[in-house]
Formats: sequence, structure tokens, C-alpha cells
Amino acid sequence: MRRALRWLMAVCVVVATSTAALAADLRPLVQALGSGGYSGTEKALAQLSEAGDPAAVPVIEALQAGDLYVRKADGTVVVARKAGDAFTLTDPLTRAALGDAPAAAVEKIRINNSLRRAISASLGALTLMSPDTGVRRSAADAVFKSRDAQALETLNAAIAKEQDKSVRAAMEQARAAILLTGEAASKMSDAEIQSATDTLAARGDRDALVLLNMVAGSGASDVTKRSAAAAVSTLEQKLAFWAALQNLWYGLSLGSVLLLAAIGLAVTFGVMGVINMAHGEMVMIGAYTTFLVQEFFRAHAPGLFDLSILVALPAAFIVSGGVGIIIERSVIRWLYGRPLETLLATWGLSLALQQAVRSIFGPTNREVGAPSWMSGAFELGGLTITYGRLWIVIFAFAVFGALLVALKRTWFGLSIRAVTQNRPMANAMGIRTARVDALTFGLGSGIAGLAGVALSQIDNVSPNLGQGYIIDSFMVVVFGGVGNLWGTLVGALTLGSINKFLEPYAGAVLGKILVLIFIILFIQRRPRGLFALKGRAVEA
Amino acid sequence: MLLRFFLMGLDRKAGIVLTILAILAVAVPVMTLWVPADSPFHLSVFTVSLLGKYLCFALLALALDLVWGYCGILSLGHAAFFALGGYAMGMYLMRQIGPRGVYGNPVLPDFMVFLNWKELPWYWLGFDHFWFAALMVLVVPGALAFAFGWFAFRSRVTGVYLSIITQALTFALLLAFFRNDMGFGGNNGLTDFKDILGYDIQADTTRVTLFVATVAALALSYMIASGVIGSKLGKVLVALRDAESRVRFMGYDTESYKLFAWTLSACMAGVAGALYVPQVGIINPSEFAPASSIEAVIWVAVGGRGTLAGGILGAVLVNMGKSYFTGALPELWLFALGGLFVAVTLFLPKGLLGLGAQLKAKLPGRNKTSPLPNAKTADQKGA
Amino acid sequence: MSAESTLLYLDGVSVSFDGFKALNSLSLVMMPGEMRAIIGPNGAGKTTMMDVITGKTRPDTGTILFEGDTDLTRLREAAIANLGIGRKFQRPTVFEPHTVWDNLELALKAPRRPLKTLTYAISRDDRSRIEEILDITRLSALRNRQAGSLSHGQKQWLEIGMLLAQDPKLLLVDEPVAGMTDAETEQTAELLCSIAGKHSVIVVEHDMSFVRALGVKVTVLAEGSVLAEGSLDAVSANQQVIDTYLGR
Repeated sequence: MRRALRWLMAVCVVVATSTAALAADLRPLVQALGSGGYSGTEKALAQLSEAGDPAAVPVIEALQAGDLYVRKADGTVVVARKAGDAFTLTDPLTRAALGDAPAAAVEKIRINNSLRRAISASLGALTLMSPDTGVRRSAADAVFKSRDAQALETLNAAIAKEQDKSVRAAMEQARAAILLTGEAASKMSDAEIQSATDTLAARGDRDALVLLNMVAGSGASDVTKRSAAAAVSTLEQKLAFWAALQNLWYGLSLGSVLLLAAIGLAVTFGVMGVINMAHGEMVMIGAYTTFLVQEFFRAHAPGLFDLSILVALPAAFIVSGGVGIIIERSVIRWLYGRPLETLLATWGLSLALQQAVRSIFGPTNREVGAPSWMSGAFELGGLTITYGRLWIVIFAFAVFGALLVALKRTWFGLSIRAVTQNRPMANAMGIRTARVDALTFGLGSGIAGLAGVALSQIDNVSPNLGQGYIIDSFMVVVFGGVGNLWGTLVGALTLGSINKFLEPYAGAVLGKILVLIFIILFIQRRPRGLFALKGRAVEA
Repeated sequence: MLLRFFLMGLDRKAGIVLTILAILAVAVPVMTLWVPADSPFHLSVFTVSLLGKYLCFALLALALDLVWGYCGILSLGHAAFFALGGYAMGMYLMRQIGPRGVYGNPVLPDFMVFLNWKELPWYWLGFDHFWFAALMVLVVPGALAFAFGWFAFRSRVTGVYLSIITQALTFALLLAFFRNDMGFGGNNGLTDFKDILGYDIQADTTRVTLFVATVAALALSYMIASGVIGSKLGKVLVALRDAESRVRFMGYDTESYKLFAWTLSACMAGVAGALYVPQVGIINPSEFAPASSIEAVIWVAVGGRGTLAGGILGAVLVNMGKSYFTGALPELWLFALGGLFVAVTLFLPKGLLGLGAQLKAKLPGRNKTSPLPNAKTADQKGA
Repeated sequence: MSAESTLLYLDGVSVSFDGFKALNSLSLVMMPGEMRAIIGPNGAGKTTMMDVITGKTRPDTGTILFEGDTDLTRLREAAIANLGIGRKFQRPTVFEPHTVWDNLELALKAPRRPLKTLTYAISRDDRSRIEEILDITRLSALRNRQAGSLSHGQKQWLEIGMLLAQDPKLLLVDEPVAGMTDAETEQTAELLCSIAGKHSVIVVEHDMSFVRALGVKVTVLAEGSVLAEGSLDAVSANQQVIDTYLGR
């Protein structure tokens, strides 16, 4: 371990001294940028790129941005940035501060179009040789986009030198892009054209498709066109495949949000037969609990902010569950067996809860932050997946699984099922049905609270949060079939996917309308949902 | 025969309701137009429009009670029929604006000019005639209700499921009417009306006339509803509300009975919406919001479902309360409304009109079961 | 046996719920004017059989013909009822908010379309028919009482009265004497016997003394098919019947 460290330090020192030495060599070339007008600048630029030293990159970038000036007093080339009336000067190579200077004391090194092209070419070339793989990759991408024929030579050299496989692939794609669109295409052999289009097709993204389409429709030779057209069709298939997968992912993501929102309802509605219109407000309370927990962490333990969500989960479960138990004990228990009445009473409660939250927290959105491990995204093939969404999908399935286990494998779950199936019998067997009712309703509400924690990450935390989910949740439960958790799972994922697959064609709003109409028609076909109970149990 | 039909529904309760409505129809115009402004008996035009609004809601509640109270169909989407009737009337009023709009286009309403539309969409044709619009006020909600009910009842969607899909229906319409390219003014809806049948819509006499029209519509609808309920058809409805399959096994095609009541109810709701729009001066998609429909349900619940008059009473009382609270104590309105929902379901399952019966049932000493049939001792009232 | 000249003809009728065979290739024939008692253990398919005849449940396979030519499997409940098949449920279901009179008026044979009922006015004939049924069911004195306030036995009788008012060709009666006193049971047996002849009747019953009092041909169902058929004494002697039903 220690030896490794020492070795690493030695390498660092060597690298540092070598760049210092190179910087010294570059100085005259940088100086030359400032003299001889356009042609002088162009000549110096060419020499700078030939030197192949990445240290020159910031200088050239400054030149490109129009920040490179000549100090009139001594002819030194400096980077000058406007600060008020004057300019702040820095050394282009070392970035050492050189003080301020009035506008009159410096003169801009001007560039024209041909210089501009040269600049981007040399920037591309220099960065292609950078020791940093990340820089090389983005340089290759930049060349791919600019398709600057001047970069071709450097690109060839870079490809020859490149060790990293993926960067080399990116460079080869850039090269193929230049070859196919530039004048060089006419001089290439069929095999070369074929290999270039193959390379592009292998890139497999929309940029490549645009490029290939351009080639196929351009004035290039027939061979090139045919080859490009073939590549276009394979690429289109591939892209359609990834787009479908991406849609599936969005559908899964929306579906898991719906699942989270609906699963608590599946318990209260499906198991207990209570239509809880205040379910959305339980979700909202969960979200506000998250907000309060985060406020606490911000104030008292900012360093542990990333953990706030983990604390918020049990807190939201307890708060929402507690509110649920209070509601059950005070209102719902008088209304068992009268589902439509529970609907009205809980709607009233939802209005009161919304107004209560509005009075306490104000009507505006509250800021709930995302922990670092939930931000960002990664790519998987042609898919872009954000961590936040990924966690919500995982969380939704975890909650679903936990609930399933709780209902099937625990004593509490057994009591719930016993009470659902035959209340007097359960009572006679010593199950305290009133308590089971309260706890079941609390469980459903608590799960809604958990959903609130997750939804606080992707939606506005406002008093109206719950309203947005209540109708969707009911659709999921009714579509899936009441009294069946698997139905809720399938219902949520199906509706989520249908919604996301319709969206590209119909737009978000029309897509949603179509889904609603679909559900209305579906209920006609199967009045009791996807996973309906049959036989004698239905009449009971 | 029509006369007999109306007479059939006339009982004491109907007499009271119709008398009150008749008094309103006479007293309100007199108090507004002829009693001098400084008299304590003077009614402002504002109050008249407010009363008119309440009575439109009362008509909606009456329609809802017809299906909920007598057929057991708890519609959570009745505001959709109300709003459709309102839009039909709004379209007529829009066409009446003519070249007086901001953009001065003689044919296209302002919002269409704004959206760069070149000609009137086909479904706006004909709405420049009052008779056509009036027909559509009945036909559009009625046809939608018929189609929806035909599918839903035939598939035997009942109870909670039916309630939830009625909610889905109104929610889908809400989303649809929010869209600008639907051609109904999108978010802003239809407004800035100028005149109706050639009369200035802001004029006092017009307002009073609209009020009287509302009273008349309510009275007529009450008589129709009361007649239906009093007929054998009404008895079938009540029977199927409680034991639908039994009615079916007796040979009644319950689907068509429900469809009849449902469609009739939707038409009444449409009329209510059509009278509402000129009196409040605007119709926008928020009328489709599921919350509006649920609020209408509470009016019926407060007054007493299955009583017809209860819906009217509840709608007026709750909306008076709403006007008071939103003016004086806006923070508390949702608490009050929410509390009302809970209190009515818990303590007043039969509503205000059922309060008497509820109290009577609580009194001890009334023997509910009676001895086995014994023709000699029991009373012999003829039927 | 051919279906001609029969009133009700069931052949090979099967129904299953989620894998459970409620009816297993059931065959049954009723002649016009016949009265039949159906007995069998719980879950034998008695109620399901009524359900398939009245259109509540669609059979998976099998033929059900009424009067030899009308295929009942294609019709809905209301249409089947209008052909002349009446049904009395196990639990008495009368229309509780309505008076006894209104219950009978609703059941009375009359046009069933909504517009006909909207304009319906009771005729002299209808009135006397209802009076007659009130007499038969001994409910005359209670004609203005709400049906919901009747006793259990009175509700059973009202329901039978409603069946009579419907004037069906075939009556399906499910456990008519459940919860009745002995005296009421006896009266009910008399009532049903007086109906038979004019109407065909199928009675499902557990109560053996009641079945004996009816004194008609008995069909024993078990596990969804017919186990035995014949007089009560004959089937009582059947060893299979004793094993599956009576013996327990």
C-alpha cells in the first residue's frame, strides 16, 4: 500500500515537471499568435497544434472565445476578461494574474472564418491526444459533430495511438463521419465505404441516423448511398427497439408510481371494502412528513442529509398510519357495509385535511431535496435511467413484496384475511375485529405515507399533491380487480405502460384521456376487473 | 293522458314545493323591478342572479336524486352533463357576440381568431340559432348519458364500480375541454357574452327573466320527476334499487329502466347547466372537475336522498352556506364543507327531510313486527 | 328422450367456477303440469341449476330448452322470465320499501317495457287478480303494510304470491320453508300443491317432511349431476343416496 502511494507520488512529480518544461517551450509559439495579423496567427496556431501539447488547449480556447489580447506596452499575449470598465489580465499558459489594465492598453487578437475553422481543428487534434480518456472521448464526439475534414489526419494518428477501446470506437466513428460526408468519399473503395457505414451504424444513436440519412440523400456515389441506406434501415430498427425499451422503462417507472399510490388503496378498498377518498391526502401527509424530516436534518445535521429519506420512511408510515387509525376509529367504523357513504365521508375528510395542510404550511410548493444517491443518471445500452426513478421502481416493488408477505405470512395478515372473509366467525374465534379493522386501515394509510415519501422526490409537495393521484389510484385498483394485490400490480404496470406508449403518438393529455376511455370500456367487458373473483364469493 | 301523468305525481310535498316556486316566480320580479331601491323589500339584481344560480344547482341536485335516490346509481360525474348543457348554451351566446368581439370577426369567436383558426369547426355550426342550441342542451348530455349508460348497465356495472367510471368520464371530459384544439376555448372556456335572444344579457329585466325561466324549469322538472316516481315505472326503479336481480327475474329488463332514468336525469342536468351559464356569465372546464360532481352529491345527501324535494333544499342551503363562508371566512369553508360530508353521512343518513322519520324510528314503543295474517282483526283499508 | 312435448329439457349441462365443477353434465326433464322436488347435499348444484335455467349463469356446455324449442342459454334473465319461468329465492326478497299491494302489482303479469309501465293504470281485472292472490296468501289485511315490516313467514308467502301474480308456466322455488314454523310449513305445502297442475313447479328443499308432504317425484343431485330419480321412498332406499346424502 505504502509503496504504491510512493510510486504514485513519484509519477505525479514527473508529470508536473514535464508540463512545466513543455509550457516553457510553448511560450514563443503563444507569443507568435499575437503578431503578423491573420496569417501570422494562423501560422503560429498550426505550430501550436503540431507541438501536440495539451497545455496549449486553454490558450487556443481563449483565442476562440475572443479573450486573447496583446498588451500594447510590451507586446505580451495575455488572456483578458472584462471586469467593469477595465480588463483583468492573466497569463494564458500559467494562469497567473497579471493585474488589471484599461481597455485602451490591450488589443484583441482578431480571428476570421478560416482561422475559426483552424482553431476548432487544432483544438480537436490537441484534445484527441490528451492523456485524459474523458477529454479524448469528448474530443472525438466533438469531431463527430463538426465533421471537420482538417481533423482527419490527427484523428488517424490518434486512432493509431489509442489504447482505450471505447474511445477508439468513438474516434473511428468520427473518422467514418468525416470520410462519408467529405470529399474523400468519392475516392474510397466500396469496401471502405461499407466499413465506414458499418462503423456509423454500430454507433447506433440518433446522431448516426441523421448522418446516415444525410449520406443516403446526398450527391454521393451510388455505392455510398446504397450502403448508407442499408445502414439506415438496420439502425432505424435498432433505434426503434431501444425507443420501445425506453418507453417500457418509462412505463415501468410510471407504473411503479401508480403502484405505490394504489397499493394502500388496494388494502383499504380491496380488503376492507372502504372507499377512501382521503387516500390521496395520506400520500400528501407522507410527503409533508418527508419535508419536515428534511428540514430537521438541514437545521441540525446537514452532514447526514443523505440519510434523511431513510428516516422519513418510518416517520411517514407512522404519521399517515396514525392519521388513518384516527379516521377509522372516528368515522369509518360507523360506515362498514355502506361503501358509497364511506366515499362521501372520506371525501369530506380529504377536503378538511387539504385545508388543514394549506393553513399550516401555506398553499405554495415546499422544497424537498433529493439525496445524492438518488440524483444523476446512467446509460444502459441505448437507455437513459435516472437513479431517482430507479430507486422508486425498486422501492415500489419492495413495498409490494413486503405487503404481500405481511398479508400471507404473518399473524396480523391472517387476522385481516379472516375478518375480511367472515367477520362474525373471526369474532367468535377471538380475533378482535375492531382492532384488526383499525390496524388494517392504518396499514393502508401508512403505505400511502410511504408512497408520499417517494412521490415527494418527483412531484411538487403541495396541499393538492394527493388530488392528482386519487383518480389514477382508483383506476388501477378497479382495473386490476378489487381484493387482489396481484391485480393491482398488473393493473398499475399495464396502465403505466399504455400511458407511456400512447404519449409519443397522442400527447400526454390525449393519452391520458384515451387511457380513461380504455378503462371505462374495459370495465364493460369485465365489470370486476382483470383478476375478478368468480363463483359464489362474488354474491357474498 | 299527459295531465293524468302529472297529476299522478302530485302529493302534498309536491304541492308545497310548487307553491314555493310559484311565490318565488312572482315575488322576485316584483321585488327587483318594481319595489324602489331604498325599500327593505327591494332585491338587487346581484341577489337575483345568485338565487338563480342556487336554483340551477337545485335542478342539478333534483336530477341527481332521481338516479341516486331512486335507482341507486351514485353518479360522481353528473356535473359533466351540467357542464355539457352549459357549453351548448355558451356556444349559442358566443355566436351571438358576432363582430363585437375583441378581434371583430363576425363568425369566429375571439379564441379561435387567437388560435389562428380560419373557419368555424363543424360542431359549432347551427349554434347561432337558439332553437338548435336549446335542442343540443338536451340532446348532447342525453346522448352521452344514453351511450354511457347503455354500455355500463348492459354490462351490469354497478355500485362502486359505476361510481368510479362516472368519475373517470367527467375527468376525461375535463382533460379534453382543457385542450385548446378541442375548440371550446380551452382553459378560459366561453365568456364575455353580450346578449341572449336579442336582449342585453346584463340588463335587469333579462336577469329577472332568466331567473323566472329557471324557476319554471325547476318546477316542470319537479313535476316530471314526481310523475315518473309516482308511476309504476317509478315503483320498478325503487324495486331494482334494492333488489335488482329479483326485478330481473320478474321479467323487467332493468337495464332499460335504469337507462331511462339516467338519460332523463342527464337531460335535466343539461338544462340546469344551460340556465346557469347566462346567469353567471361564464362556462369553463373546471365545471367538469370531479369535485363539482361530488359536491352535488352532498347537496342531495344533506336534503335527503330519495325525496326529490330534499335535493332542492340541500342545494340551496349548502350553496348559501358556501356564499357566506367564501365571503366571510374563506379559510374555514373547506373545513365546513368537509365536516358537513362527515356529519351528514354519520348522523343524517336520510338527510334533513328524513330527520322526522329518523327521530320517529328512534322512539320506543312502536312494534315493528306484526302478528301472522289474520284477516278478521286487522284493518281493512282498500287499495 | 326427445325434447318435444317437454316443458323443460336439460341435457349435459356443465358449469365450472375457477376449476370447481358446480354442474357436471346434468340432465333433467320436466313435463307440463308436473311438480318435482330436488334434494341433495350442500354444494350439489341445486342453486346453480336454478341459475342456469333462469339465465343468471351461462352454462359452459349443454342444452337447455323451454317448451321443446326455445334455447334458454342465449337469453337474458328478463327475457327468460317473460317466457313464463318464475323464481323464488332462498332468502325471501321482496321489495321492502313498497307496500304488499305494490309488490304484487309489480309482479302482476302485464307489459314490462318502461314506456308501458310509465303510463300504466291499473285495470279492474288486474285489481281483482291481486285481491285473489292476497286472499290465497292470506295477506289481504296487510295490503298497505310496507313489505319490509312483514315477518319472515309473511315475506315467504308474499314472494310466493308474487310468483302467482307473474302467472308463470314453470316455477322454481328454492327452500320455501326455510325458517318457517311447522304449521306454516304445512300450509306452504298445501299452497304449492294447489298451484301444481296449472303450473309446473320445481322445489328445492332440505326439509324431508316437507318433501314427503308434497308427495311428488324426487330428483337427487350430488356433485353436479343426477344421482337418482323416483318417488321419495324409492330414492330413500337407494344405497348410493344413503351413502352420499341421507346417511350423513
